[in-house]
Amino acid sequence: MVNVDKLEFGIETFGDIVANEDGSLKSAAESIRQIVHEGEIADKYGIDVIGVGEHHRPDYSVSSPETVLAAIASVTQKIKLATAVTVLSSDDPVRVYERFATLDGLSNGRAQVMLGRGSFTESFPLFGYDLTDYDDLFNEKLELFDKLRTEKAVTWSGKFRAALKEQEVYPKTESGKLETYIGIGGSPESIIRAARFGYKVIIAIIGGQADRFKPYIDLYHKANQKFGTPDLPIAVHSHGFIADDNHEAVEVAFKNIKANFDRIGLTRGWAPMSREQFDSETKVGSFYVGDPETVAQRIARTIDLLNLGRFDLVYGAGNQTAAQRERMIELYATKVIPRVKEILKSKGGAE
Amino acid sequence: MTIKRVGILGAGKVGIVLAGLALKAGYEVRISGSGSVDKIDLTISTLVPGAIASENAEVVANSDIIILAIPLSRYKNIDPTLLKGKLVIDAMNYWWETDGIREEVLDPTLTSSEQVQNYFKDSTIVKTFNHMGYHNLQEEALPKGDPKRKALFVTGDNHAAVDEVTKFVDSMGFDQVVHYKLTDGIMTEPGSPLFGASLKYQELKQIIDNFDHTDFGRKISSTLN
Repeated sequence: MVNVDKLEFGIETFGDIVANEDGSLKSAAESIRQIVHEGEIADKYGIDVIGVGEHHRPDYSVSSPETVLAAIASVTQKIKLATAVTVLSSDDPVRVYERFATLDGLSNGRAQVMLGRGSFTESFPLFGYDLTDYDDLFNEKLELFDKLRTEKAVTWSGKFRAALKEQEVYPKTESGKLETYIGIGGSPESIIRAARFGYKVIIAIIGGQADRFKPYIDLYHKANQKFGTPDLPIAVHSHGFIADDNHEAVEVAFKNIKANFDRIGLTRGWAPMSREQFDSETKVGSFYVGDPETVAQRIARTIDLLNLGRFDLVYGAGNQTAAQRERMIELYATKVIPRVKEILKSKGGAE
Repeated sequence: MTIKRVGILGAGKVGIVLAGLALKAGYEVRISGSGSVDKIDLTISTLVPGAIASENAEVVANSDIIILAIPLSRYKNIDPTLLKGKLVIDAMNYWWETDGIREEVLDPTLTSSEQVQNYFKDSTIVKTFNHMGYHNLQEEALPKGDPKRKALFVTGDNHAAVDEVTKFVDSMGFDQVVHYKLTDGIMTEPGSPLFGASLKYQELKQIIDNFDHTDFGRKISSTLN
């Protein structure tokens, strides 16, 4: 049974370039400042977490999410500050620790690392890594990060990085441990790995029905039993768009999400999104699109179905205007989240 | 030949979805990952209970048809003699996330299935299950005659083998558009309007029949000429 009072709700952005009202695009710099403003709005309305993605491409404004999160930290009080995700495979775990420990200090303990393998290629050649080591890189770096996260002296050696001997890393956090998630896209190996390290899991459901992840969640629980690791609440992130009017929401989302997915698909040889695919994703799949009531019903169903502890809505896909993005955050916070909790409580979730 | 036992090499997203469909269709299913059974048994018993987690050799020895559902960059890790004489479905595609740089994985002058056939030279390769997203495969398998049923492209050089696989695809929940030419597999490779699409028979057939007029088709024929 979902514990409604402990449920967390987040928003995440990949740092898409913001559009002006006339359809022209803002600069990356303006788009970055817009995210800081949105962080402020989300905090004001009591959203629990904001996540910012890391990309190294022209269609996204943020390559250094911790810097953006640090700016958000300085204008907010309570909201947790997460990456979505930090591409650990092409990063240095020591630097990742240092940056997040710094962010954690700046924000009074609100930093949250989400580690992932990434779903884009750009960072690998950019930082001198070979894509064919995709899996090995993540495994090795996760092992090192896990040691660093103890905040004690670390002795370690591996293939991709200079060894460490009795090395302390700084600054130490006030809580003694950075809150860490592993972001996964649904490969069974990734789930078992997250369980083995005893980390929280956030599953990116970006296509198809949430129902198909039910067995994967069982797998996480069983793997925890096997490794004797704690059975932590699962989080999910999915794309969405909310507007006052249902029809308007669907049309804005279709245009923008399609543009976003098609642009990525082009580089991977994936066929453009059809209207039928989009409609199916919004009706029963992984796009949470519509007026607040429609979106609340669908989020409540997913949370209940998968027994989640957290749901993050990815906002701003494609090139949306600042007004559309801000209104969506406001509706999510003031209408959708309370309504989701109400629906779940009426189903018998804890008071 | 009657297919009763299905062997799947590859316990990733696609392999597991196909194992689930095959179980549902009433087949005896064996599946292997890249290593020992230990590494996959929890996954298999949880995600596709009923399928037998095994190692490659065991899977091949006990199956009437083999499905290759491993990353394209790794098929050469399998000894070709292991699959000697077998009917093999190639469900693989180039996908950077698992395969790395394309030029290092594939000879750009050949279709991916030709390269697979050249490597497994004593096996009969038929290409299918490769062009629909794995969650569409999972969610959209339907009984024959259902108006919403989706279709898969099936192609290979060996007539009898293609017909056998066509029946198998039908039993797994999909209509079939059939060609008898392995190189036509290019029509569903990444970059094709069919790669990642989930279409009904008529829609799929229409694109296949007019493939030379699609942007991708034009690009392919211009590189050939």
